[in-house]
Amino acid sequence: MAKSYDVRRLPGFGAIAVLTFILLYLPILVLVVFSFNAGPSQSEWDGFSLQWYVAAFGNQQVQDVSIRSLWLAAVAAGMATALAVPAALATTRVSRFPGQTMIYALINQPLMVPEIVTGIALLIVVAWVKVNTGYSGMAYLVLAHTAFCIPFAYLPIRARLETLDPTLETAAADLYANPWQAFRYITLPLLVPGIAAGFMLGFVISLDTVVITEFVKSAGQDTLPTYMLGQLRRVITPEMNAIATLFLALSLLFVTAFFLITRKRG
Amino acid sequence: MATPPDSATGPEPDPQKESHGWKWLLSTPALLVLLVAASGPLMIVAVYSFLSPGNVGGVEWDFSGDGWFRVFFSRDIFDPENVSWNWANLNVFWRTISLSLQTTLICAVLGFPTAWFIATRPPERRALWLFLITIPFWTNLLIRTFAIQELLRGNGLINTILVATGIVDEPLQLLFSNFAILLGMAYVFLPLMVLPLYAAMDKLDFRLVEAGYDLYASRVRVLWHVILPLVKPGFVAGSILVFIPSIGAYVTPRVLGGGRTMMLGNLIALQFGQGRNWPLGAALAMVLLIIVMAALVFYLRAVNGEEGKRRG
Amino acid sequence: MKKTLVSTLALLASAGIAHADGVLNIYNWGNYTSPEMIEQFTADTGIEVTITDFDSNETALARVRQGGHGFDIVVPTHSYVPIWIEEGLLQPLDPEIVTDRGNIAPQWVDVDFDPGREYTVPWQWGTTGIAVNTSVYDGDINTADIIFNPPEALDGRINVIPEMSDVMAIAIYAAGGDDVCTDDMDVLRATRDMLMEAKPHWLSLDYGTIDNYVAGDILAGVYWNGATMRARLQNPDVAYGYPATGYPVWMDNAAVLADAENVENAMIFINYILQPEHAAMLSDFARYGNGIAGSEEFMDPEMAAAPEISIPEELVSAGRFNPTCPQEVQDIRTQIWTELLQ
Repeated sequence: MAKSYDVRRLPGFGAIAVLTFILLYLPILVLVVFSFNAGPSQSEWDGFSLQWYVAAFGNQQVQDVSIRSLWLAAVAAGMATALAVPAALATTRVSRFPGQTMIYALINQPLMVPEIVTGIALLIVVAWVKVNTGYSGMAYLVLAHTAFCIPFAYLPIRARLETLDPTLETAAADLYANPWQAFRYITLPLLVPGIAAGFMLGFVISLDTVVITEFVKSAGQDTLPTYMLGQLRRVITPEMNAIATLFLALSLLFVTAFFLITRKRG
Repeated sequence: MATPPDSATGPEPDPQKESHGWKWLLSTPALLVLLVAASGPLMIVAVYSFLSPGNVGGVEWDFSGDGWFRVFFSRDIFDPENVSWNWANLNVFWRTISLSLQTTLICAVLGFPTAWFIATRPPERRALWLFLITIPFWTNLLIRTFAIQELLRGNGLINTILVATGIVDEPLQLLFSNFAILLGMAYVFLPLMVLPLYAAMDKLDFRLVEAGYDLYASRVRVLWHVILPLVKPGFVAGSILVFIPSIGAYVTPRVLGGGRTMMLGNLIALQFGQGRNWPLGAALAMVLLIIVMAALVFYLRAVNGEEGKRRG
Repeated sequence: MKKTLVSTLALLASAGIAHADGVLNIYNWGNYTSPEMIEQFTADTGIEVTITDFDSNETALARVRQGGHGFDIVVPTHSYVPIWIEEGLLQPLDPEIVTDRGNIAPQWVDVDFDPGREYTVPWQWGTTGIAVNTSVYDGDINTADIIFNPPEALDGRINVIPEMSDVMAIAIYAAGGDDVCTDDMDVLRATRDMLMEAKPHWLSLDYGTIDNYVAGDILAGVYWNGATMRARLQNPDVAYGYPATGYPVWMDNAAVLADAENVENAMIFINYILQPEHAAMLSDFARYGNGIAGSEEFMDPEMAAAPEISIPEELVSAGRFNPTCPQEVQDIRTQIWTELLQ
């Protein structure tokens, strides 16, 4: 077969992709550089110093809120993904049924409403439950974040599911696999990229969720974003840049680990 | 909600679509969580939009249509008899929709080639590139937004480069403009476009693309008639994921727009905060919800209709 | 040496109170509570402190009103204090434990928002005025004209903090109004027109601008005194002016919540920050005045002498507390503000 083109190449796409990556990393670069600034400014370079890292490590509150943010993001994204997979199975590649649009709208509802509205709504409900039960632990934040992350986990999984070849499952059924086996051994492995994308989106979204957390949190439940929001009116020091850089280092650690594992398998 | 006539299946039952009656039950756990933590509380907002503002925030439990009235109409501050369209609010609506559409467009233009680039890497490298897209988002939204502010300021990196290369004579006022808001929102929401696009492309059957080229179709024609329809679900998902949060954006316009111009999210926040008029804020939120619902239904119809055409 | 002495004294002072051990939950503005002072408080009393942040008076009020919050101490701004008191959200200070209200500087004792300081004690106070870069502007800095009728040199380089009540106050005073909550339509109309005409000359309405003042991106603006001082310490050209027509004075106040769980610890904390050496620590961190007599001698000397803290004699009377306006007036003010920002 005479190939006139490399089917995977589209002219200019590589250049745009590279440009996109540069644009993505430019602000991050600035942030990392100024986390090592000797002065308090985020625009004037005063020489190299680790003082903001020392400050961040010396600040118990900063450490607490950072760890709480990461924990909350992992739990909420995990739960949201676990809920989104069956929801995607239920609403994709099935003949239309009454109420399908309704379900679709419900799932995507947290996307459609600005955080401030969900925040106020949750404040009223959550405060009522807190007063009546006396419980004021992290469950409220986990629940609120999970709900908020569901559509972000759902959409990539659904998109992946829609591109899957349904005859694979039919084939499995023909081979006497029950629906669970068909899902476990055929659909689920094929869904993994969608699930990974969904989990990462959920994680990132949870890390950024600020207004909802602000209204739902109880005493001692500040996350990194609400801690920063509280500073917005005053002054944001390069200490924040130092923490951001540490978060980046952490994610790089993940990437490296992930990369090494996948390479070993290959 | 009424279900539209099923155009996708046509007269013959579609063998590719199961009609297991129990399958929708799989969505109940997610729906339950959403009902408790999202939709249920939202009903309260709907109710609040018909109440009277309380003293310094909150509500009084007296029915009032004033919140809704004020969304669209305004009494002249200095001549209460004179009622007119509330152009202040309508301007904010229009700016919000326009900026959100532009953000979606920018994300699509940058995100499609980027997702394509990732999807065409060797399979073992794709996860790495995917991670590279999300890494900047491991830093907090506020920090990222402030970093963009540093780039755009008068003596920031971009202006320094522009002046040094002689493209401009003196630093441009980039910060605190619609341009800055657009740039910031595109930056923030880009992975929401790239990830679903990638998920769809990853599964793309390249034999179809090859077939297109074998039939002597040009690259543009293959892109338009073969690739785009195949990755359309990813595009739709990405566009929804970008467009809708853009409509409710709050932090980015506040920091990069310099607060000079409001988007709908800021207007709603103002009513719940310093404005202390919760019913008006609630009504504005409901308006936002209705706009977004309409957009979503429009999207869904478009996708389902398209699928029906392709199958038929 | 002095420090050891002070902490020993504090220890002695608190030793009289039994069962002081335990926890305390403070609900305060972000980045506003000196970590050094908290550390010392824990060392002195054995009480573990948790600080949770809020970002606006409205959020704090909405949050506590709904109940189930778990906070013991809150730090609202003066204009909100009467609402907190009226709605029964605060409890009176316990005279058995809070024994040192006499340390409050005389002018801050009989304040309108809490006469006789029955519920609150000063945390930090400050003013909202005009920050100007004097390298490009050499005129009078004590005038609101810099913002509302800016000279050529400052045109397009002005930032106004998006605090409706502060900005409306300076504008209403500048437009000839006497009362911030005026319902005099002529004054409000003049205020609106003045703001609408001024807005095209502004660059932004933003908070986080210390860097912008330092870098010279912003040459003038409505700003807080403490923030202006931070900018001046990095760029000596930045000066702070007090509009002669009138400017807002504000004070954030610590109070104990009615449904606090650790009431005794909260009262101990309130008395703790009434000590001049502890109030000085708050000021050194937040860079505002604290309203406690005698705290100056413990403060960073740079702070004690700062022009942003000591108001020129002839301009003291122009400074006024913003009350909380009635809802009808507030509605009009919000409408003007929305028109301004549309």
